[in-house]
Amino acid sequence: MTTKTLALPLAASIAAALSLAGSHATAQSAEMEKCFGISLAGQNDCAAGPGTTCAGTSTVDYQGNAWTLVAAGTCTTIELPAMADGSARVGSLEELDRDLPPA
Amino acid sequence: MTSLPTTPGLGFKPEHFADIAGRPGAVGFYEVHAENCMGAGGAPHAMLDALRADHALSVHGVGLSIGGAGPLDADHLARVARVIDRFQPASFSEHLAWSSHGAAWLNDLLPLPYTDATLAAVCAHVDQVQDRLGRRMLLENPATYVTFAQSTWDETAFLAEIARRTGCGLLLDVNNVFVSAVNHRFDPRAYLAAFPLHAVGEIHLAGHDTEDLPSGPLLIDSHGRPVADPVWALYAEVIARTGPLPTLVEWDTDVPAFDVLLEEAARAGRVLDAARQGQADAA
Amino acid sequence: MPPDPAHRALQAQFHAGLWGGPVPDGVTAPAEAEAARRFNVYRNNVRHGLSRALAARFPVIEQLVGGDFFTAMAGVFAAQHPPETPVLLAWGEAFPAFLTAFPPVAHLPWLACVARIELARGRAYHAADADPADPAALAVGDPAGLRLTLHPSVALYTSPFPAVAIWRAHQPGAVPGTPLPPGPSHALIARAPGFQVVVEPVDPGTHAVLTALAGGAPLGHAAGQTDPTPALTLLLRHGLITAITTGDAP
Repeated sequence: MTTKTLALPLAASIAAALSLAGSHATAQSAEMEKCFGISLAGQNDCAAGPGTTCAGTSTVDYQGNAWTLVAAGTCTTIELPAMADGSARVGSLEELDRDLPPA
Repeated sequence: MTSLPTTPGLGFKPEHFADIAGRPGAVGFYEVHAENCMGAGGAPHAMLDALRADHALSVHGVGLSIGGAGPLDADHLARVARVIDRFQPASFSEHLAWSSHGAAWLNDLLPLPYTDATLAAVCAHVDQVQDRLGRRMLLENPATYVTFAQSTWDETAFLAEIARRTGCGLLLDVNNVFVSAVNHRFDPRAYLAAFPLHAVGEIHLAGHDTEDLPSGPLLIDSHGRPVADPVWALYAEVIARTGPLPTLVEWDTDVPAFDVLLEEAARAGRVLDAARQGQADAA
Repeated sequence: MPPDPAHRALQAQFHAGLWGGPVPDGVTAPAEAEAARRFNVYRNNVRHGLSRALAARFPVIEQLVGGDFFTAMAGVFAAQHPPETPVLLAWGEAFPAFLTAFPPVAHLPWLACVARIELARGRAYHAADADPADPAALAVGDPAGLRLTLHPSVALYTSPFPAVAIWRAHQPGAVPGTPLPPGPSHALIARAPGFQVVVEPVDPGTHAVLTALAGGAPLGHAAGQTDPTPALTLLLRHGLITAITTGDAP
C-alpha cells in the first residue's frame, strides 16, 4: 500500500509516473511477434474432431449418479492461506454429491 | 474485384505468423475463417493486415448456416460483411451445410437432405449473401457421414442447380469428395465426372482420419494429417481437366511446422505447373 | 420464402439427436444398421469442438481441474449454454457463473474467480484498437482536472480470493510451490500496444484510483487521498491512456 495521509502533489505524481513508466511505447516488434499466434479464445474451423464413432453415445448427466469424475488437476495442490478472520479457506473435502440437486 | 491466384495457398494459422512474415510469397494466398476475424481489433486484425500486404486473401465462412431451414442470421451476415469490407479478400466462400438451430450455434457443418425444398432454401440464402456482400460467393461441397432417405437429388446435380440458379461459384473440396465417396460407397470419379467443374473457383485439399465400421472404412474429415495419395490422384485428374485453379491445403488440427505445410503446398504446385505446361504444349 | 416444414422438423430432430435424442428419421447409410454409429460422428464433433474452444479460452481452469474433468464439464456447460452466435472467440461469458453453481466444483469456490481473469484476458485480446495519447499532455494545465480515456481493453479485476496469484502460478516460468498470499486480490487486465495482454496485480487503493479514472472521474477526484503514482505508471507503461482532456470537456 502506498496510500499517503498527505496527497502527493498531483504534478509530482505525474512526473514520477512518466519517469517510472519510461518510453515503453517503442521497441515492441519482438514482443508483438511473440504475441501473435496466441488466440486466448476458441477458434472456428471446419474440421472434424478425432476418433468419433464410439464416442458421444451417452449424454453426461451430472445431476444423477452418472457424474463420477473428481477435479484432479493442479487444484489438488492449492491451499488457500487463512483469511483475516481466521477461517481456513482450504477446499472442502466433503462428499462431492452433497449439494447435488435431485435427479 | 481481384480473384485468387491459380497457385497453392494455405490455411492461415496464427502460430505460423512469424514463419510467414519471414517468407513472404511462399504461397500465393492465405485463407482465414471469417469467424476468427470478428473480434473488435487487436492482434488478429493486425496479423491479417500484415498478411494482406504480401498475399491475396480468401475469407472462408463456417457460420452462415446456408443449409439451414430457417432464415439466415442477419446479424451474422452483417458481421461477415464487415470482415469483407475491412479486409477486402479476393474470395469469399461458405459451405453447403447447416450449423445453427434457433439461437444455438452447433459448431459443426451438418448435412442436409437434397430435395426441391432444401434446394429452394439454399438458393434463397445464397442470393441473400451475394446481394448483401455485393459479390459472387463460392459454395463448398461437404464431407458427410450419413445420407438421408428424404433426398431426391444427387449432390452433384444439387450443387450444379444452385450454381445455375444463383450464379454462385463452387469450391470443390477434393478430400470431401473422397471422404464422402468412401463413406457412402460410391465412385469418386463418377462424382467428379458429374460435378459442374466449369463453376469451380477454388480447390480444397486436406487430410482425413480412418475409422473401421463392420461394413468397411469410415473416413473422418479431420484436417489433421497430410493429404492422402488417392486424393492427390483425384486432384491431378481434376486439374488436368480444368487447368490451374487456386488450390488451398487445409490443416486445422495437430498443426505441424510451417515447412510441412509448405511441402504440401509445393506438391499442389507441381500439379498446377504440370497443367500449365500441358496448356502451353497444346497451344 | 417460408421455411419448408419438413426441412425444419428434420433439423429440429437432428439438433435434439445431437444432444441425446434419437437418431433423426431418414438418416441412413449403406449398411443401415450403422447409421447410429455414423450419427455419433456429429454428436462427438459438436461436443469435442466446443470443449476445445472452451479450453482455449480457459486454459488455467483446464489445468486446475484436469483434462478429463474439464472435457466432461465442458459438455455440461455446452449443453446448458451453447454459443449464441457462430463467433467462438466470444463464447464462454457464462462460464464463471456456471462454475459457481456447478456442484462437482463447489469445494473450489475460487475457481470462478480464476475463470473471470481468463475471460477478461480474452476480451482484452480482441478489444478494439486505440493508439496511446502523447503523455506530454499530462503535464499541461491543472492536473486535478485531467480526465483520461483508457484503452478499450482495460478491465479492473477484483476477487475475494488470491485468484490472481493462482492464475500467475499457472503461467510459464512460474516458480512451483510459491505460497499464496492471503485475502482478496486486485488486478489491472489490459492489452498493451505490442498486443501482449497483461495481468498486473495492484493494491486496493490503486484499484480504486484506476476504477475511478476508467469511470471518467478527473484525476484529482480519482486520486482522493491515495497516491495515484502507481496507477499512472501502469497506465503509461502499457500505453493504456488513449486521450487526455482538461476541464469539463469530455
